[in-house]
Amino acid sequence: MPHIELEYFAQLGDVAGRRAETRETVAGTAAALYDELRKDYGFALPSERMRVAVNAVFRPWDQELHDGDHVVFIPPVSGG
Amino acid sequence: MAAPYRKMAVAPRVVVQNDSFDVGEEISRLLQTSEQTGGIGSFVGVVRGGDGLVALSLEHYPGMCEQVITGLACEAIGRFKLSGCTVIHRVGRLLVAEPIVLILAAAPHRADALEATRFLIDRLKTGAPFWKSEEFADGRRCWIESRAEDEDAASGW
Repeated sequence: MPHIELEYFAQLGDVAGRRAETRETVAGTAAALYDELRKDYGFALPSERMRVAVNAVFRPWDQELHDGDHVVFIPPVSGG
Repeated sequence: MAAPYRKMAVAPRVVVQNDSFDVGEEISRLLQTSEQTGGIGSFVGVVRGGDGLVALSLEHYPGMCEQVITGLACEAIGRFKLSGCTVIHRVGRLLVAEPIVLILAAAPHRADALEATRFLIDRLKTGAPFWKSEEFADGRRCWIESRAEDEDAASGW
């Protein structure tokens, strides 16, 4: 199974209780991986309120994932 | 015949750091590293107090955050013909009235400098992976989500 590098920020880090993990997953897309994580960790935010970055670039939810990809699910941001 | 004047490529200065910044020093630095600057637009974002707020804690996605801001700064440089641009954003725990962000946009003419400043802060607020959590006097903590008016301001550009 592909290994995905995950990092968790803001509320996702609080809820998951960790800041990063390497995960073996059969999820083929960013959307499928987020669904899997919501089941495991109980993330409250639906994907419509989130964005996803793969290898540090914003990508669409149907982005295919490959072994070694670095994935960050991005809750609503608030800079400035 | 004199060689034609060749303008230096304008590269933004983008920093994400824990420490505060010195606005005067940053303006001097921008003037020293830019050409044909006629004015500098500036914005300083500050932790706003009220409702028992004690501090904000800011997190960012290191690497990507700097890349996104650099992309926005380069867009501003092209769009508003800037002669220089500085964006410094702080992270970590910041108390009420502490500065959070500095935006400086230098241009030959003031309209471009001022518009670019507004463009940069509007787009940065909703486009760069920063997160703020509010910490209140009674111990409550909560993550802030960007406000609808912020989204509108960003999409207006």
